[in-house]
Amino acid sequence: MKFTEEHEWLRVEGDLVVVGITEHAATQLGDVVFVELPETETMVARGDEVCVIESVKAASDILAPVDGEIVAVNEKLADNPGMVNEDPMGAAWFFKMKLDDLSVLDDFMDEDEYNDLIG
Amino acid sequence: MSDLKTLVLNDLHVGLAGKMVPFAGWSMPVQYPMGVMKEHLHTRAAAGLFDVSHMGQVILRPKAGMAALVAGFEAMMPVDVAGLAEGRQRYGLFTNDTGGILDDLMFANRGDHLFVVVNAACREADIAHMRVRLADVAEVEEITDRALLALQGPQAETALARLVPQVAAMRFMDVGVFGDTWVSRSGYTGEDGFEISIPASGAEAFARALLEMTEVAPIGLGARDSLRLEAGLCLYGHDIDETTSPVEAGLTWAIQKARRAGGAREGGFPGADRILRELAEGPERQRVGLRPEGRAPMREGTELFAEDGTPVGRVTSGGFGPSQEAPIAMGYVATAHAAIGTRLLGDVRGKRLPVTVAAMPFHPTTYKR
Repeated sequence: MKFTEEHEWLRVEGDLVVVGITEHAATQLGDVVFVELPETETMVARGDEVCVIESVKAASDILAPVDGEIVAVNEKLADNPGMVNEDPMGAAWFFKMKLDDLSVLDDFMDEDEYNDLIG
Repeated sequence: MSDLKTLVLNDLHVGLAGKMVPFAGWSMPVQYPMGVMKEHLHTRAAAGLFDVSHMGQVILRPKAGMAALVAGFEAMMPVDVAGLAEGRQRYGLFTNDTGGILDDLMFANRGDHLFVVVNAACREADIAHMRVRLADVAEVEEITDRALLALQGPQAETALARLVPQVAAMRFMDVGVFGDTWVSRSGYTGEDGFEISIPASGAEAFARALLEMTEVAPIGLGARDSLRLEAGLCLYGHDIDETTSPVEAGLTWAIQKARRAGGAREGGFPGADRILRELAEGPERQRVGLRPEGRAPMREGTELFAEDGTPVGRVTSGGFGPSQEAPIAMGYVATAHAAIGTRLLGDVRGKRLPVTVAAMPFHPTTYKR
């Protein structure tokens, strides 16, 4: 699993990358009450705002971690946003992306490096 | 950063792993490990303990008799002060000359003096305002050696009565002085509950005694805000300010007959021209409850439109109502669009989403009247 400085995790699943937010991010956000997911079959560029997460406290964005195509979204989150707090690293994935080249993931942090970041 | 004032109970909050944030010049717990949602629901189901010591506690002692003090205080707001019985508390509003609201507050008749609680952010301005307006009739004494706690929820009475048995006999808006503990049966959550002023020296032991009870959990500012929003209560500086009149704000219940046209002490408060005119003719805009139709919260600042696209107002407080399991908001809209059931659109990140004008409170209040 790889990690971004924006507190997303990236997991390779076949030729796709699954994206979610870290436990640390979920804790910082507090109770999530609303998730707005992107459309599937959309091309996105790294840094694009693709999801909105609203907690009881505030709204924040999830940015596309890499260039690619959104091929699937986790519709369960729209009906049950609390999943983001219950299982951020597992069931509460946000979207799956198809990349031209999975090797771009090598640039991201591994778990140890991420744990150092959040210290 | 170090300019922040520290609560008497700061060590208690830190020990409870409260997340401390700056608020109105104070370092305050916004939430504890339970989290905003569970803290909110716990308060509605059992009892929540809030530290509201940032609020200003003020005693007004008469210089020339209670009647002169009461008349002077009454001249500061469109509220019946003279009619408040001893041992009772009332909601008040300091108004300005243009009929806007300088602050909202609670005041109590304690026989030989008045006890006033004001918002933290307005504390210094309010005290200065009272010192000018009441110069001839009152000593304005700011209380700085007492903590202020709120215990709110259906089990608040059971819990507090173990420490202060007399509170069980109080009803909504009663005040009592029990030794050095000052209690009112009131709060800011829509629940039955109490606000308790206690000497700083004994505050931690008192708070710990409450927190040891199974009913009681510590509650931060986050849940305080969602609880008061569900109860339809205004937050000063957001839902009411120097530009909003009490009539626009829907606070006409706080303007008793004695101060209205034809009343025994009609007018005679700052901004009376506008406030009495709006009472007679209706205001141009009104504070309303708002229920977004989807799940997306409409936060403060969300612009509101009629279905034909005409701008009609703005959200002043909005978020998620944990007891509603849905987003809720309040805001000001032009009177023509203020009827309950009116469908409007709120601009959320560039999308116009449907929202309906709704009755407040969103959550039924449970005051013990």
